[in-house]
Amino acid sequence: MATATASRFTFRKPSVIPGFGLTFGLTLTWLCLIVLLPLSALFLKTSELSFDRLMVIMSNARTLHALQISFGLSLAAAAINLVFGGLVVWVLVRYDFPFKRVVDAVIDIPFALPTAVAGIALTTLYAENGWIGSLLAPLGVQVSFTPLGILVALVFIGLPFVVRTVQPVLADLDAELEDAAASLGATRGQTIWRVVLPTIWPALLTGFAMAFARAVGEYGSVIFIAGNLPGVSEIAPLLIVIRLEEFRYADATAIASVMLLASFVLLFIINRLQHWAESRGGRGR
Amino acid sequence: MSTIHPTALVQPLASDGPPTLAKQARTQNGHRPARTEPAAVRIALTLIALAFLGLFIGLPLLLVFVEAFKRGFAAYVAALSDPDALAAIRLTLLVAAISVTANVIFGLVASWAIAKFEFAGKSLLITLIDLPFSVSPVVAGLIYVLLFGSQGLLAAPLQAWDIKIIFALPGIVLATIFVTFPFVARELIPLMQDQGTAEEEAAISLGASGFSTFFRVTLPNVKWALLYGVLLCNARAMGEFGAVSVVSGHVRGLTNTMPLHIEILYNEYQFGASFAVASLLALLALVTLIAKTILESRLAEEEPR
Repeated sequence: MATATASRFTFRKPSVIPGFGLTFGLTLTWLCLIVLLPLSALFLKTSELSFDRLMVIMSNARTLHALQISFGLSLAAAAINLVFGGLVVWVLVRYDFPFKRVVDAVIDIPFALPTAVAGIALTTLYAENGWIGSLLAPLGVQVSFTPLGILVALVFIGLPFVVRTVQPVLADLDAELEDAAASLGATRGQTIWRVVLPTIWPALLTGFAMAFARAVGEYGSVIFIAGNLPGVSEIAPLLIVIRLEEFRYADATAIASVMLLASFVLLFIINRLQHWAESRGGRGR
Repeated sequence: MSTIHPTALVQPLASDGPPTLAKQARTQNGHRPARTEPAAVRIALTLIALAFLGLFIGLPLLLVFVEAFKRGFAAYVAALSDPDALAAIRLTLLVAAISVTANVIFGLVASWAIAKFEFAGKSLLITLIDLPFSVSPVVAGLIYVLLFGSQGLLAAPLQAWDIKIIFALPGIVLATIFVTFPFVARELIPLMQDQGTAEEEAAISLGASGFSTFFRVTLPNVKWALLYGVLLCNARAMGEFGAVSVVSGHVRGLTNTMPLHIEILYNEYQFGASFAVASLLALLALVTLIAKTILESRLAEEEPR
């Protein structure tokens, strides 16, 4: 039966392996049911709103500020991860130190640790009586329940994206290039700046974009530490939840559509960056 | 996951082998080694990197366990044996079991279609499978509310048949399947693409049926990658917060998963109990990472040579 269905698909190359029709059909059906139809429900609901209504929702000061906080702090967190993630990769790939394998494994903690757990741990850590917060309090620096706390949470969840994207590319870097640069008289700094950095740059940018994309939509780890003051430390995903709880479905839907569009654009950019990184000879995933 | 880069084979030779022309030139001119920094710089950079990781990753993880046991072991056990906590643990296990099973079946079916056949639009299909990764968890929850909620697009037929999806188990399962959708498939697809179709073609031409080819040739070839995907999928399914929070309704003992239970306890200032439940999920994360590290060496065996 599977082969009979398969013969109808003229867009595929012939093969002796059976089951294309069955597996392709199931894949497409399941994809549509779980992902595509629900996502289109969002756009359908948004398109029911009049343009004026949409404009009123999106120009609302609280909405604008929440979007500004989400995108602005995500950008800042991704930039911090670009610098420190790059440094961590350099140290992990190039230097030897005790417990290197443990440190390497620890990088994945933000992937594996549930966001709610990370959220309450970071909040307690940076609260005024917390391990780090109590050291910062005398300096007048408050982290928990301020935008700075949001930044800390977003740095935490974004770090592995930069490290895991750049790591294989740096490990694959042809060491002879650095020898050549050095033998031609370049200083170590020049070699890193003009030989190493341009090679890993596409991977660094890909990691940066992935960390940014993840941070924009992040919810669980942020809401505990943010304090969630409207207009000060309220992120866009939280505003969606609040509007939903107030039964203001139109508002929730409109904000969610903007965020979904942003993640589509980011996905496209990340795709392009990955192609660029691969064409540069890296193996980034 | 792709083929080994040619330079990877050259590298060890270049660094350990006999001095190259470049190395000789360097020693003659008295330059320092070309491929590394002065020891002081190396140590400083390593310390900065380790301090950063300790501050942002090590301390939060340590804190979860310290806070969990702060009030003693008896309080820890009491927090975990609370009926609401037990109900949350049971629900989390049930939701994870359903969504991991669904994603394993989908992952195997999708990777068979994508890796073993050539067809138009394949890269678009892979992008669509990866799509849930880039959707905010809150948006993932919202789309199901818009579809199945009391004001949703399918509200009328659902009410007519008295089916409850939002604020009930089906909604939680659907949202979890959505956020974990790509996990198994994205581990299997690249590996099965690299492995090619020669073994399956041989089995088929020797008279094996499609199913026995799949179970006796393909599946054994990808078993470690499958387990790897299951591991990551399970960790995310048990820990998902945003999407589940939107669709669950937070009914204690009924629709509260472990992450939601942690949130409720924390917001009620029951920090000890909150961290006790959190420590279970942190332990799951640690076990996942250790198993992942072990599996990664097994995975290398499945890469075609």
